[in-house]
Amino acid sequence: MQRAVIHGNEACVRGALAAGCRFFAGYPITPASEITELMAQMLPRCRGIFLQMEDEIASICAALGAAWGGSKACTATSGPGFTLKQEGIGWAAETDTPIVIIDVMRGGPSTGQPTSSSQQDVMQAKYGSHGDYEVIALTPSSVQEAFDLTVKAFNLAEVYRNPVILLSDEIVGHTREKVRIPEQVEVVPRRKPQSSPQDYVPFRPTWQGFLEGMPAFNQGYKILVDGQLHDEYGVRAGHKPDISAQLVERICRKITDHAKDLVDVEEWLLDDAEVAVVAYGSPARPSLRAVKEARAEGIKAGCLKIRILWPFPETVLDMLCSRVRRLVVPEMNIGKMVREVERVVAGRVEVISLPKIGGEMHTPGEILRAIE
Amino acid sequence: MHPLAEKYLRKAGLPLIFCPGCGDGTVLNVFLRAVEEMGIFEELALVGGIGCSGWLPTYLKADVLHVLHGRAIPFAIGLKVTDPRRRVVVFTGDGDCVGIGGNHFIHGARRNIDLTVIMMNNGIYGMTGGQVAPTTPLRGRTQTSPYGNIEFPFDVCDLARAAGATYVARWTAAHPRQLLRAIKEGIEHRGFSFIEVVSQCPTQAGRYLEGTNDPAELLALMKKRAIFADQAKRVSSQDVAGRIVVGTLHHLRGKREFSEALYESFPAEKKDPFTAGKAEAGEK
Repeated sequence: MQRAVIHGNEACVRGALAAGCRFFAGYPITPASEITELMAQMLPRCRGIFLQMEDEIASICAALGAAWGGSKACTATSGPGFTLKQEGIGWAAETDTPIVIIDVMRGGPSTGQPTSSSQQDVMQAKYGSHGDYEVIALTPSSVQEAFDLTVKAFNLAEVYRNPVILLSDEIVGHTREKVRIPEQVEVVPRRKPQSSPQDYVPFRPTWQGFLEGMPAFNQGYKILVDGQLHDEYGVRAGHKPDISAQLVERICRKITDHAKDLVDVEEWLLDDAEVAVVAYGSPARPSLRAVKEARAEGIKAGCLKIRILWPFPETVLDMLCSRVRRLVVPEMNIGKMVREVERVVAGRVEVISLPKIGGEMHTPGEILRAIE
Repeated sequence: MHPLAEKYLRKAGLPLIFCPGCGDGTVLNVFLRAVEEMGIFEELALVGGIGCSGWLPTYLKADVLHVLHGRAIPFAIGLKVTDPRRRVVVFTGDGDCVGIGGNHFIHGARRNIDLTVIMMNNGIYGMTGGQVAPTTPLRGRTQTSPYGNIEFPFDVCDLARAAGATYVARWTAAHPRQLLRAIKEGIEHRGFSFIEVVSQCPTQAGRYLEGTNDPAELLALMKKRAIFADQAKRVSSQDVAGRIVVGTLHHLRGKREFSEALYESFPAEKKDPFTAGKAEAGEK
């Protein structure tokens, strides 16, 4: 176990390298540049490839090429860059390509607030690219979680062969705090195909809807990877309604059918809670403080911290509804995830949206007042 | 079926999407002959952009990425640097390469990364119905320049050379033998190779820009317009105007290649700098 005081962006880099990331392409952007800089420094020392590309789009596309080249690949960005990367995210989802995209959220829209934090990209993370597809998105609230969840993001990318988004934010990215970094982390290696090249059907779902395995290029599999809707062999089928529908349904259900496996939440003081704060990312920190202060006042409050935001942990929220009378949802945006909460709650308990825009995080007092 | 087609084509993808008389079929034919003569089929990693020409590699029984509009070169870079032994060939069109993908094109050339970029130039957006392209001649009438094109076209070979490409050649679909040699030279060349193939498009460019949809007439027109590079140097610029300058336009050997330089730039220290785990990617 190694202890260090580092910032969240460095924790992402350490997590990525520990998880086996050996390719990174990026483009400078505040507040994510430290990730790109540290990758430039560290990857070559692990015999990994670092590229600074000409733009954000080229960065994700180079990473996608590298994924089929056989590497675990990653790119990192913030707000406007995340928008530019959306076409690559869609291609990755459509082609079952594992890739990790780190978005260190800043205030938007447009150029917005480069040096301030926000959680305004949560819906872009889920819906940003055109068409029907699903992603997995993780939301760290501390530097430790930035490390842990980056490792997890790479592992999930391999398991699900899907784009996985680490939704960090400027506060997590630039906060320096103590982390514990284990000597060894659990790593999911790239799954190779079981069958020989002659028998290999690249896009045929097998057990639980997962594909068989992913060959790298030039290993004899002669695989066609096409961003146009295709059949199980990779051959274009955008003009065939049945096959097109099957593919889109498969790539969506690959995630939604496993939503329960993808639940990652932390429950604080929820056992007897009457009021629960539902938070993710940075606002989870003042939320816990507010809950403790409420307890000191004799209010039975608790907190649900969501660490995997997409797919949304509906089952957890559903159960919580039967126990509490009020949910408080602080977010550093105009109020986005709260709509998902309201959808699951369906009027059973009171839901208080606590949006905060402008770049600053909620104070514990602001959350406490909503609890009271 | 032709023996080369029998050997190398992904038959499930047939028939080809190309219109009858399209020049892209010639490029497919010539490319297969080139890789057959070179004996390098197993080393190929192919990338297709979006547009008619981007479909070309999908018909080959090779490892193929068919990617996003304009982004073929960044994808190809990812493939090349993860294993520089790969022979990465990009198939693209004029709109894909220097319209939406122009930035990636000049930066790929600037890096002198060992890719072979084959750009089929029909001077129009063909697949979408014949709209004006960055290569459409001045005054050309298309669906989106109905009163005549007021923009100047790119000379993409000049652009490639200026940006840093180290092998640049231009031929037309009416020059299959010369094109065969150029493709072999381009693949053999260690560095950014750019081959422009001026390609007839009977359905769109032929009808709207040339006034004929007859492939034979269009081929004859290209042959007539073609002027060899060494000959073009000897005549006045007025005599070159409107002609297609063909030949090997630039061949610079010995300039540092990107993927090689990348691996050479690794520091000697091999240890994981963060000592945060000894995990390796599953495949290497």
